[in-house]
Formats: sequence, structure tokens, C-alpha cells
Amino acid sequence: MTPMSNTDLKVKVWRGAEQGEFVEYLVPRNPNQTVLDVVTYIQRKIDPTLSYRFACRVGMCGSCAMTVNGVARWTCRTHVSKIVEGDSLEIAPLNNLPVIKDLATDMREFFNKWKGAVGFFKGNQTRHDDFAKVEPQSEERQLANAGIECIGCGVCYASCEVVKSRPNYLGPAALNRAWTLTNDVRDVQQLDRLRAVAGDEGCHACHSHGSCTERCPNALSPTASISGLKKLVARAAVRGSKWGKL
Amino acid sequence: MSQAVLQAKLWYAQRISAMVLGVCVAIHLAIIFYAIRGGLTAQEILGRTQGNLGFAIFYEIFVLACFVHAPIGVANILQENIPQAGMTKPISWLLALLILILGTTAVIGLYTGGAI
Amino acid sequence: MSSRPTLDYRAKSHLPYFAYACHRFSGLLLACFIPLHFLMLSQSLRGAEGFEASLKLTDFWVFKFGEWALVVLLAVHLAGGVRLLIIEFGPWNGLRKGWIQISILFAIVCGLLFLYFAN
Repeated sequence: MTPMSNTDLKVKVWRGAEQGEFVEYLVPRNPNQTVLDVVTYIQRKIDPTLSYRFACRVGMCGSCAMTVNGVARWTCRTHVSKIVEGDSLEIAPLNNLPVIKDLATDMREFFNKWKGAVGFFKGNQTRHDDFAKVEPQSEERQLANAGIECIGCGVCYASCEVVKSRPNYLGPAALNRAWTLTNDVRDVQQLDRLRAVAGDEGCHACHSHGSCTERCPNALSPTASISGLKKLVARAAVRGSKWGKL
Repeated sequence: MSQAVLQAKLWYAQRISAMVLGVCVAIHLAIIFYAIRGGLTAQEILGRTQGNLGFAIFYEIFVLACFVHAPIGVANILQENIPQAGMTKPISWLLALLILILGTTAVIGLYTGGAI
Repeated sequence: MSSRPTLDYRAKSHLPYFAYACHRFSGLLLACFIPLHFLMLSQSLRGAEGFEASLKLTDFWVFKFGEWALVVLLAVHLAGGVRLLIIEFGPWNGLRKGWIQISILFAIVCGLLFLYFAN
């Protein structure tokens, strides 16, 4: 494949863990090159000790999320030509998450917060019961549908300043998932969920910076979901909810 | 009251007071633009406010809304930027008291024009 | 050897964040100013002459600039606040970037109006 220009890309990549340094690599430029292509080139051709994650490489799994030039992105869906600064790139692990090695972060706290926000489904029907009838055009189902495409990639969490300044803040992804489940009429844990997202580090800590909504590669709006939770929880705190008192 | 309920109520209070302030500030801006024409003197100001119950009530509502809104906002800022200091509550309460006391004093002062 | 990079200005370089920053900054300055403002106004308890005496203090240009700045801050905070109320209580329609533009315009208009009326 003939390169688009003769200048190589100067790619600074984070090497190490919580302590480390940026190491610069020279990568040949190609047309239609994505940042994932660049990272893969470095690991296969230059330095096999580079650690990073990817899986589907077509924008479906979210595994390849990294910080590129300071902004959290899916590297498989980020064309170098769109974000290169001159001929330089800076690639770092996702922010707000502990670094295991190089570009791979420890996602446990991210998923633990999902659990903490009761971001999982629990119903009370079994296979012996009839199908639940959920009206697709109902307001609740439409609200849920608006947020259920989340694949847990961590980009919103990595972009959120409140996560940075309040380490126990549940974060946009967990709260978004909690909101979709709040609107799931089959779920039976609603009161627990309300209590979970109402805590000191819950939905009211969000200041609507909007970074999550700006950066979500699936065009979801955690800001909207969190706004929904804020109203629900506030009303529940003052007047009680349809599921009981907060 | 649990922490969760407290946080929720504080959020609610701040937003409700924000709605009140939205109206009050809009009116206040209009009054400012009207009042500053040709300079500002004590006589002019007192001429408008002294004995004017409507003004007094409006501005006292304004003061009360500030008294709720500002300290909660400042508490958030402190909590996020200096979390460990434990200064959040005292500083917010201090601000709340200053606003309430100085504000109401100002309203009384303008209503009476020093005639008490 | 250095510490791993953290969220920096590049992550925050988008319009809704700028709106938040203006709202927070203006709110903080207003919170600091309001007690002083009330203190000034309570000088009215001294009657017209006492009040006039303290008003005279504000004739210095520094105060005049401060008054103008406060009107602009108030306008910014008001407009940004209404945007937040719409985001949190109104039907969802994105981060209301149109509102941000209106807010900036509103603040500029208020600043200009102040200069015009204050001759």
C-alpha cells in the first residue's frame, strides 16, 4: 500500500502503569488509517511488549477505548487523518481508571459501580408465567429505549470530571443503565435502585457538564438519563415514590 | 434524615430557589437599567424604596431565595475542590447567615430609609 | 518517570463544558459579592445622608468597572441557569447549545445596556 505522505507519524504512547512515561514511535502513514491500526503496527512491528486491548475492531464492542490527544475515543473508529495534530498523535490509557499496563486499564471499578447503582435486571416471573406485556410506544419504554444501547466501553466514565473529583461518584454509564431499568416495568428492585442512585455520590452530584453526552460513541445521552433520575429521586425524597418511601 | 434524602432535598431546594431567582433577577436587571440612568444617588434610591411595601416584599423574597441558592452552590464547589478539609458546612452556613442577616437588614434599611 | 496523564483541558474543550465553567465561575463571584452588596445597601439605615456618603465611595472607577462586571456576571449566570433548568426539568432535546449562544448574546447585550444607561 503506498503511503499517503512521506512523513511518518510521530506517535507518543504511554508506557508503564500509574508511573511511567510517553515513548515516541515512528509509524508509516497510510490512507484510511485508524488509531487502532497505529497501535497494532507498533506492537507487531516495533515493540511487542506494548499492552493494549481490542476485539471486534469494527465499532461494536468498545474494548479499544483509549485517550487519543486527550479525548476518550474508540480507536478502531477514529481515523488518524481526522485527529492528527500536524504529524503527531498522543495515545494514553482511559482516564479515571487505574492503569494495569500501558494502554490497558482496570475496568473493575467501572463495573462495580454498575452493580452499585443496581444497574442489573431482576424480575419476578419465571418461564412458567406468560410473557410480560410491555407496550413499545409507552412513555416508559421509549425512555428506556433511548439509553439501552450502552455497551459499557467506559468512554463517558473516562471523560467525566465529577468522577475525577468525587472518586465514589457512580458515573454516567452506571446511572444511565439505572435509569433505563427504572423505566423497565418488569423490574422489581425499583426502591433499592432509587436508594442506590440517591446517595452522596449519586445522580445529584452531576453538574451537566455534558462531556459524557458529547463523547459517547453510541450517541447516548447520560445527561438526559441522569436528569430523569434527579427528578425521580427528588420527588421520592419529598413525596415518596410509587414504589415506596426513599 | 438519611444522606440520600438530604442530598435530594438540597438539590430540589436549589433548583426551586433558582426558578424564583430567575424571575427576581430578570426583574432586578430591568430595575438596574432603569435606575442607573443619569447616575445613582441615595435620594433617588430611597425615593423609590422608602415606604414601598411592594418593593420590600419583592426584595425580601429575593434575599430568601439567595439565602437558599448560594450556600448550596458554594457547598458543591467546596466539596469538589477541597474535599478533605471539612470546611464545607461551616463556610456554607456562614454565607447563608451573612446573606440572610445583611440582606434583610438592607431591605429594612431601604424600606425605612433610616427612620427607625 | 512521571505520573500517568489525567483529564486535562483537551477533554473539556467543548461548548457545554464552557457553559458550565462560566456558570460556576459567575456563581462563585456573585456569592462573594452579594454579602458586600447587602452591606452597602444596609447603609441606608443611616438615612439619606449616611447612605449618600457610602454611595460616594463607589465613584472610583474600580467600582464602576466592578458594577459593569457584576451585571455581566449576573446575566451570564441567569441565562446559564435557565438553560440548566430546561435541561433538568424540560423535555430532553440535547445539551441546548442554542441556549448557550443566546446566553452569550444576552450577556453582551446586558453589558452594553449597562454602559449605555450609565453614561
